[in-house]
Amino acid sequence: MALSGLDIYKLLPKTNCRECGFPTCLAFAMQLAKKAVELGRCPYLSPEAKATLEESSLAPIRLITFGKDKKIELGNETVLFRHEDKFYHPTAVGFIIDDNLSDKEIEERLDRINRLKFERIGQLLEPELVAIRQNADKKRFVEVLKIISQKIDLSFVLMSSDIDSQKEALSCVADKKPLVHPQGKENLQEFAKLAQEFKVPLVVCSSDLEEMSHLTKALKKQGWEDLILDITAKSLTEEIWNLTQIRRLALKKKDRSFGYPTLMVVDEKDPYLETIKAADYIAKYASIVLMQGTQPWQILSLLTLRQNIYSDPQKPLQIEPKVYPVGQVNEKSPVLVTTNFSLTYYTVLGEVEASRIPSYIMSVDTEGMSVLTAWAAEKFTPDKISSSIESFGVKNLVRHNRLVIPGYVAVMSGDLEEKSGWQVIVGPKEASGIPAFLKNLTRTGVG
Amino acid sequence: MAMELVKEKWLNAINKVTIGSTAEEGGSRTKVVTLGGEETLPFLHAEGALPYKPVIAYEVWDTPARDWPEGLSSVYGKVLNEPFAWAKICVEEYKAELLCVRLVGAHPDVENRSVEEEADFIEKIRKSCGVPLIVVGCGDTTKDNALLPVCSQVLKGEHCLIGSVTQDNYKTITASCLADGHNIIAESPIDVNIAKQLNILISDMGMPLERIVIDPTVGALGYGFEYAYSIMERSRLAALAGDKMLAMPFICFVGQESWRAKEARTAEDQHPEWGAVLERGIIWEAVTAAGFLQAGADILVMRHPKAVEIVQKNIEELMGK
Ligand code: SF4
Repeated sequence: MALSGLDIYKLLPKTNCRECGFPTCLAFAMQLAKKAVELGRCPYLSPEAKATLEESSLAPIRLITFGKDKKIELGNETVLFRHEDKFYHPTAVGFIIDDNLSDKEIEERLDRINRLKFERIGQLLEPELVAIRQNADKKRFVEVLKIISQKIDLSFVLMSSDIDSQKEALSCVADKKPLVHPQGKENLQEFAKLAQEFKVPLVVCSSDLEEMSHLTKALKKQGWEDLILDITAKSLTEEIWNLTQIRRLALKKKDRSFGYPTLMVVDEKDPYLETIKAADYIAKYASIVLMQGTQPWQILSLLTLRQNIYSDPQKPLQIEPKVYPVGQVNEKSPVLVTTNFSLTYYTVLGEVEASRIPSYIMSVDTEGMSVLTAWAAEKFTPDKISSSIESFGVKNLVRHNRLVIPGYVAVMSGDLEEKSGWQVIVGPKEASGIPAFLKNLTRTGVG
Repeated sequence: MAMELVKEKWLNAINKVTIGSTAEEGGSRTKVVTLGGEETLPFLHAEGALPYKPVIAYEVWDTPARDWPEGLSSVYGKVLNEPFAWAKICVEEYKAELLCVRLVGAHPDVENRSVEEEADFIEKIRKSCGVPLIVVGCGDTTKDNALLPVCSQVLKGEHCLIGSVTQDNYKTITASCLADGHNIIAESPIDVNIAKQLNILISDMGMPLERIVIDPTVGALGYGFEYAYSIMERSRLAALAGDKMLAMPFICFVGQESWRAKEARTAEDQHPEWGAVLERGIIWEAVTAAGFLQAGADILVMRHPKAVEIVQKNIEELMGK
């Protein structure tokens, strides 16, 4: 809980010695509450007061970073529901590779994982993690780790309950700052020492919240706080409950023993059910999801869900308003008008590409609103479109004066023709109608 | 000492809505479906009662379904041209608990079927299957205003769920549903305030609150999914915190939206990196549905039997205590 000025005042020496540069301790306390000054300016703070004040200024959910090339950031979330602010650090998605698979099987899996890259609305979507899980001895574990590190550029999770194996694996890939998953709660202190030595985060496993709280408190006392909580349980309802409780305890009760990112392992053979379970975890606060399935359709759907859930609700994704050429355009290419709301633009773009008819897409600045919303809010008006035609210099790009507008705003045709001097052609309402529309347009020689 | 969890004390529950009525109740359905009644957020069983599970309704059209991609239309095969056989497969083979009949053919741009034709069709559907019914108009306001009151009358006593009404067009259809004892779908454009306003308008006409279902206008995964997701969360939070004018169950038209998505339709040779098109379409519908379940969906209107099967399993797990 952020402390009030008065709460802070109670912890100060109350001597009004002015050494902090403020006339009274109270004045200093007020500034501290606003986070306008540094705590260190008062030289007379008791160690207890200092600890309390430092603690209160920490983020309720610790930010954990790991992985070398791809720096993964998790935690530091501030809300329970995305509309209250936004979710900051998207769920990291990764794949478990068992070390008892044959080398060939492992390499095939890695090839499949390496191909999992998708582009959606201008963002690259890809998984972040590969988790090596021990089923055999130390030698095999390290051997598989080596195969993997040669073939893949993702960050690692080391899953082994054997301290020696973990230690050797860590020394091999220390520079990649992997995540240590001890597969249980045995030897947790030892694992924490190891994690501390290599400066990597440690996974704490327990499906029982009370036990989890004890474990993290003990580790904190021991001096290692870069923790991630694995609360994989027997039933999905229990897991949803625990994920929700951890987020609530950390944010609403400021219980620091739960102020860490979470990790879920999906244990489900059927690839459909596996995907659905992973989707539930992504929606309900999991910071890491580890799974087996590597089918592109599984991962495309999950990464799209993650992109949706973690998008900023206060700011619709926008693209730069301008004229975008699609394909080998020439002076006869059709000109299609749309908004600068990413989703609208990329949907239109996809369909224009699919039509294989080179065209210009003119994206008007509607402050990120979609066609109908922008039209209703008067951000997508004949005036706005006419001035965009002017300022983007569309006249210099094509030798015709025909403009295609979205079917939903057909009503503005007359007005727009008058204002812009361009001939307006009403396009389809849904982007899916664009390929047929464009083909027709070029066939009839209008475009 | 046991650890203290954070349990919210909600002041209000979501209304219970019952669809269908049996012979004893004046209808002819073989069973009824009750939904809603949630006393807490989705699937937090330890915090409040969740007396009814979310239900999936299969979509059936009065006219051959057009524009359904191959992976979807091929599971139904020829019956897509034969609504009664289509309905029968959904009920008997796929064990549908609810049917959502869409009167697409009435649309002036589709087949412009007359109100009489549609009334006749609805009567046949009523006779041919015993599950509770959702009836949705063609989407053309003028036509629906003529069509839905007649359907409402034909189905009198069956306690259907009929829709949709909007802020600009609710009076005629609400009056019929009220008179014939049906529930009503109140559609709002991804907007909590309009949803609430519309519920007030409908209830001002005398419609009991427990006969209203909110359609928040969902988008598919990747196509505005997150807007409806947050609107549903906001609206459910307000309802649980005491707002009776938002305490209605949600209906989400998941099938219609997700099968329009490019990811559900595009052949593998165009996007090899996306993987098999059939599985992709199915998972697109299923993940969209699962996502909305986490935001509070009570009725999911879906299309692909495999997607339904997956989501059904998910619901069973989520409802298991
Ligand atoms: S330096 Fe510390 S003790 Fe002195 S006035 Fe400032 S807050 Fe008070």
